[in-house]
Amino acid sequence: MSHLDLTILVIDENAVRAAIIEEGLHEAGHRHVTIVHEVMGIARLIETLAPDVIIIDIENPNRDMMEHLFQLTRSVSRPIAMFVDRSDTAAIEAAVDAGVSAYVVDGLKKERVKPILDMAVSRFNAFSRLQRELADARSALEERKIIERAKGILMKMRGLSEDQAFTLLRQTAMNEKKKMSEIAQSVVTAAGLLM
Amino acid sequence: MMAMADIRGTLPAPARIAAGGPTTLRAGFIPLVDASILIAAAEFGFAQREGLTLDLVRDVSWANVRDRLAFRQFDIAHMLSPMPVASMLGLGSNPSPTITPFSLGRGGNAITLSARLFARMQEATGLSETASALDNARALATLLGVMREAGELPPTFGMTYPFSSHNYEFRYWLAAGGIDPDRDVKMVVVPPPLTSDALAAGAIDGFCVGAPWNMVASERGVGRIVAAKQDIWPSAPEKVIGLRPDWAQSHPDTVSRLIVALDAAARWCDRPENHDALAEILADSRYINAPVHIIRHVLSGEFSLDARGNRRVIDKYFVFHEGHANYPRPSKALWIYSQMIRWGQAGFSDAGARAAASAYRPDLYRAALPSSAMPQDEDVRIEGLSETDRFMDGFVFDPAHLKAYAEAFPVRSRLAQDRGVEDV
Repeated sequence: MSHLDLTILVIDENAVRAAIIEEGLHEAGHRHVTIVHEVMGIARLIETLAPDVIIIDIENPNRDMMEHLFQLTRSVSRPIAMFVDRSDTAAIEAAVDAGVSAYVVDGLKKERVKPILDMAVSRFNAFSRLQRELADARSALEERKIIERAKGILMKMRGLSEDQAFTLLRQTAMNEKKKMSEIAQSVVTAAGLLM
Repeated sequence: MMAMADIRGTLPAPARIAAGGPTTLRAGFIPLVDASILIAAAEFGFAQREGLTLDLVRDVSWANVRDRLAFRQFDIAHMLSPMPVASMLGLGSNPSPTITPFSLGRGGNAITLSARLFARMQEATGLSETASALDNARALATLLGVMREAGELPPTFGMTYPFSSHNYEFRYWLAAGGIDPDRDVKMVVVPPPLTSDALAAGAIDGFCVGAPWNMVASERGVGRIVAAKQDIWPSAPEKVIGLRPDWAQSHPDTVSRLIVALDAAARWCDRPENHDALAEILADSRYINAPVHIIRHVLSGEFSLDARGNRRVIDKYFVFHEGHANYPRPSKALWIYSQMIRWGQAGFSDAGARAAASAYRPDLYRAALPSSAMPQDEDVRIEGLSETDRFMDGFVFDPAHLKAYAEAFPVRSRLAQDRGVEDV
């Protein structure tokens, strides 16, 4: 039996991240993957699914509920938190940093589980990167908007052309060793006070 | 830095510079009032005075706290008192050796039922507003009988973790009233900050949790507090500081400094004149993130039992230090083990008793603090004997007869009855 036959359950309240992980598992050839976004009814699901590996977001407060569940169903199989090989501290650190926690059925060989966890870790990281990029893009958009407003104020109050207003903002930013958006923000704030 | 001025009067010793060993400790905690000592040690200069910096990391689940301590992401952690015991017994999904050299005080837990369920108990039994915890449990038992006959589903009760004081205290209270927690009701886990909302939404019908969440629910009018920890067993162990034994062994000096800092912080937390400053810090969004007036009431034990104005003042509801509350007494660990046996989480064996007791380390506490700070009685003592420290059902716990004690309870897990003696 190859590691591709393992039954994997992914619990993630973040539907986008869950989809990214699901895709990664499918790409790697896993066929028995179940994704859930909420923990309602999870007890029955775990009972019927009998997953070999459960991947759950480390920030999910319902991990304590899972712990209780494993107590009740421990006669079936004993899930071990996180990793089969505890000596692999680098892998554990990488997982915790990425925000992944996992339960693995006792007795499973680490060679079979490691690729799954590595994949989850890299996909969690990819997701964080995506979120960061999205946040950066949003703030870039905000900055552009504020610069546009500052330009408009300068054009109106000082009778400048658009190019001249832009150049003034850029020159001031260079002189003051600040970001252009910061200078623009001061212009907008000052204008708000003066008008 | 008013805080530093506060302690200067009581701590004349100059700050020490740590000799070797780590000086910055990452400490995991869950947002609860019983993390006060740890938070006060970090915020009011007690750790600094011992040459230590506490880097406090708020976490969302006890399972995370356990795993992050085990995987060396934390050096120390705010933990439920049964967690080191469970770890030493190999229970749970990541049992990695964990010990405690310091208890974070007593108190703070309570049991809250939904206002609706409590009203039905009053209807069914004529229960008074000022009924005792035991009367409340018996009234619930009566109501459960009525519900069963009517074919209603049993109520669902929330607690925080399978190896928690809340689990054992909730079960103790139910069982004292004649209710079998595994048969007559449904026990589920609900994260503490979600308890009040879960009760309001009808997802659960009651819960046992630490402060301030009982009072949050009662002030909202969704819950009625029916028992406090003081009613069940006043000196029941609550939270502890957990460490990895190998870490403690490699850094004895750091461990001693930590205990000295926590001891000073605990004494400070006990003094009512410091409660305003403590409540202010605890209410902060970095810590508990709850209304400061509720935390202030919690610290002084002024309970709003419900939103209709029924109040109760519990003397010493929160004890951070007094009465050797920080002493990691092994008989408490053994009592926890007795409850694990009672509810079928563990079997009894002599090796199990030794493992359970080894989770609590009075030797580390003794090594750090002067002998004047030590209790005079035995480390393993008979619990529940003193007039002011009774169990609600009148039982007395003699650790020398642990197995007989666990088996003597009229209500206990059927799993435990089938299990008998076995190795753990």
